[in-house]
Amino acid sequence: MVMQPTRCSDDKPGDPSYATHLAAFEARVARGDKVEPGDWMPWDYRQQLIRLIHVHANSEICGALPEGGWIPHAPTFKRKLALCAKVQDEVGHGQLLYRAAETLGKSREEMIDELITGKAKYSNVFHYHAKTWADVCVIAWLIDAAAIVNQTMMADGSYGPYGRALKRICYEEAFHLTHGYDMCISLATGSKVQREMLQDAVNRWWDPIMMFHGPSDKESTHTELLMRWRIKLMTNDEQRQTFLKKYLPKVFNLGLTVPDPNLRFDETEKVWHYTEPNWKRFLEVVRGGGPASALRLATRRMAHEEGAWVRRALFAVESGKRVPMPTAA
Amino acid sequence: MTTDTQWRVFEVFHQQSRGEPHIHVGSVHATDGESALLMAKEQFGRRQACVNIWVVPAEAITETRYEDADIFEHGTDKSYREAFGYETTKRARAIGDTKEL
Repeated sequence: MVMQPTRCSDDKPGDPSYATHLAAFEARVARGDKVEPGDWMPWDYRQQLIRLIHVHANSEICGALPEGGWIPHAPTFKRKLALCAKVQDEVGHGQLLYRAAETLGKSREEMIDELITGKAKYSNVFHYHAKTWADVCVIAWLIDAAAIVNQTMMADGSYGPYGRALKRICYEEAFHLTHGYDMCISLATGSKVQREMLQDAVNRWWDPIMMFHGPSDKESTHTELLMRWRIKLMTNDEQRQTFLKKYLPKVFNLGLTVPDPNLRFDETEKVWHYTEPNWKRFLEVVRGGGPASALRLATRRMAHEEGAWVRRALFAVESGKRVPMPTAA
Repeated sequence: MTTDTQWRVFEVFHQQSRGEPHIHVGSVHATDGESALLMAKEQFGRRQACVNIWVVPAEAITETRYEDADIFEHGTDKSYREAFGYETTKRARAIGDTKEL
């Protein structure tokens, strides 16, 4: 089912009372008021939010895939339980976000279709393979940390339904981050083999992590508008700095190094200098050219197709059948 | 193309303990009320305390419009509806009532 995104009257530049509506809208946003689904909003605001929330939802769904594959191989029962819980959280976050995007007028069905047909993007970091258990640890710690920097900031953004979903998501991600750090501490304080495995994972994940917050402010095309409408409250480079300032000292404290010879902290400017990521490569990856891109979509498509019988069964309610809630014995 | 994933929306209200009000926590997609309860339990009941969940078809909700929010503004002073709108303590003291009102 394709829904037509809701239109407000005169919501495009050049429409008769666009300027009046826009002034009231921008005044509301500037004073920190939230925008709710029934409100007048510029067409561009709606489109930018649909784009961002859709990509975010897809990233939660695809983010569950590299970790999900490791559930059978978790080293202890406790780690296995925690990983199951994290994977379930990520899929739940995807559902919350599809619903938030839907309030802007794009159907969940359309978003799911665009993901499995490769039309819609998801985060660069999930286009790579999780080769060892240490990759699972690095993803859970550093990638969730980078995501939390982004999501905590977005949670204060101007669109009510997205903010509400993000507050719940951030609450749950706090467990992922803590558990991720816990796993990295285990490896970093373990045997030589464990320490080398962790270092190897950091080496391979460093580039994708540095790209996680998106193109540099010099190259980012949407930033100015997104910040004016308080969809985003920090630029990509500001988010990257926040992440580096908080987590690099922790990385070094574990006795790890990162593979960037230009990395240094400037004491006077209070910023980390680093080798600029290869943004051309970033775009190739998010467009489906990463090492695991084809595998991710194939897995997602398989899950969707092979789960069709479950959806058919749920629809059998129309013929008098029902799915009962579990009851206490 | 899929054609079977656009389910109805149910708004979810959960109650954290007996005696507390049901609070809106979000929404789920489901084919009917029973499966909506199952989805809601997984989505909103897998961590924090919860003793009861309501699910309500979103289309059953009638709401005011944000653009009509001025209907909630008070045209006149409504302090006569509030305890603080009265200076009765002072008046009670004046007639010798020193106890709590």
